[in-house]
Amino acid sequence: MTVLHIDNVSRWFGNVVAVNDVSMTVGPGVTGLLGPNGAGKSTLINMMGGFLAPSTGTVTLDGATIWRNEQVYRHIGIVPEREAMYDFLTGLEFVRANAELHGLGAKEAQRALATVEMEYAQDRRIDTYSKGMRQRVKMASALVHEPAVLLLDEPFNGMDPRQRMQLMELLRQMGAQGRTVLFSSHILEEVEQLAAHIEVVVAGRHAASGDFRKIRRLMTDRPHRYLVRSSDDRALAAALIADPSTSGIEVDVHEGALRVQAVDFDRFTTLLPRLARAHGIRLLTVSPSDESLESVFSYLVAA
Amino acid sequence: MYHPTVARLTYRGLLGRRRAFILFALPALLIVISVVIRVLTGADDGTAANVLGGFALATMVPLIGVIAGTGAIGPEIDDGSVIYLLSKPVKRHTVILTKLIVAIGVTVVFSAVPTLIAGFVLNGNSQQIAVAYAAAAAVASVAYSAIFLLLGTVTRHAVVAGLVYALVWESLFGSLIPGARTLSVQQWSLALAQKIGAEGAITSDVGLPLALTLLIGVTTAATWYASRKLRTLTLAGEE
Repeated sequence: MTVLHIDNVSRWFGNVVAVNDVSMTVGPGVTGLLGPNGAGKSTLINMMGGFLAPSTGTVTLDGATIWRNEQVYRHIGIVPEREAMYDFLTGLEFVRANAELHGLGAKEAQRALATVEMEYAQDRRIDTYSKGMRQRVKMASALVHEPAVLLLDEPFNGMDPRQRMQLMELLRQMGAQGRTVLFSSHILEEVEQLAAHIEVVVAGRHAASGDFRKIRRLMTDRPHRYLVRSSDDRALAAALIADPSTSGIEVDVHEGALRVQAVDFDRFTTLLPRLARAHGIRLLTVSPSDESLESVFSYLVAA
Repeated sequence: MYHPTVARLTYRGLLGRRRAFILFALPALLIVISVVIRVLTGADDGTAANVLGGFALATMVPLIGVIAGTGAIGPEIDDGSVIYLLSKPVKRHTVILTKLIVAIGVTVVFSAVPTLIAGFVLNGNSQQIAVAYAAAAAVASVAYSAIFLLLGTVTRHAVVAGLVYALVWESLFGSLIPGARTLSVQQWSLALAQKIGAEGAITSDVGLPLALTLLIGVTTAATWYASRKLRTLTLAGEE
């Protein structure tokens, strides 16, 4: 059992608070660290990986402080977001060097390369690799010592769909083997496909934690705003407000449109076209007006 | 204290980058100049001391030291690849000491050895001038490597800072302000050269005991501080 504990951790850079009093526990299985860009995900991962000291609070692995403790790397594998990785070496030389730094050798390096299916290109220089190949060699370098904890910072960035699926499958296996796998992402769908457990950070704060489906429901149940244009806005408005799925409507005269706030997402989306047809109204535009990820997240923070 | 894998990554990084060109070009230039002088003017002790003191020790050794010292760690910190070295159960002072040894080795090979060769070409080691300057270049290599390795860990502009130190401080201030020479790696190493060379052939502004103390002190302090910096190295993320 290998558990990362983050206790009342804050981290600031000068006047800017990047992480604000976050506490979370990350245990075996795959955990997604979800949040918009700039939310503090990398700061958190850097603290868990021992490359940043918390300003206050503690980050520990099974009770051992991570900051300034090289021995902890016997149990942690890190897949950094940055691309640079001794590009003048071949994939094999690079993974082998990582194995040697752990006191291991060629056998472990070869096994790690096999795990990520990179043996076919192991004798090419890294600077000839594609983004996805680099990512897999980075994975191999983090896996040589079979760590109990794997930390990945935005591992899917820039990968094509096939590479993404392969990496997801690999991470699923790692989680199923009982390893603690934590990856960060700002893309909801990635996290949804891979992690049963998620931690959401927004603006440096810990916004939500737990089962993905629960959080997803919170996200879909939030009030949705739509901009609707039709052949008869006022008649449509009257019909919509009669139903409990709609909580508010504004007739925007300037835009020549309705601004609708719906509280029951499923019901509203099936109701709208049916109502329009029943009243002989033509729908010209139906567009969500606040579907940005940031608004979804900020709703979560408030919830 | 020494990790062969760290050493391998370091020297391959040093010799694999474009800067490595200077490592080959400067010693080649020194030897070409020496051959030309010898052919045109014949062997002369004064000329030999001028070339070895004025070009080899004053310019070439610090420049090679800057390339090797900062290049042993600076680029890795800049591009973030140092994370692969540091996320391992390897003591940070082992990383620094290994890199220092590689930097010293590269500086000695590319500056002290060519100095010795050039000395023999110029005057056949008459008055021990070749050996004296080569020994000075070797001890200077140690101190420069440690200083510039430290610069590589503390600033992203290590090469510029190193060049400013090597060219402005050592050459310019040294010639304008006599006191500045006491704080000059070049003068410390010259103190050793003075001891080795024949009486009156080479002079230094610093006595040998003080020079050796300062050389050892600076090397030790720079190395200690560099490994301390590396222990608390913070990698900037996207934010």
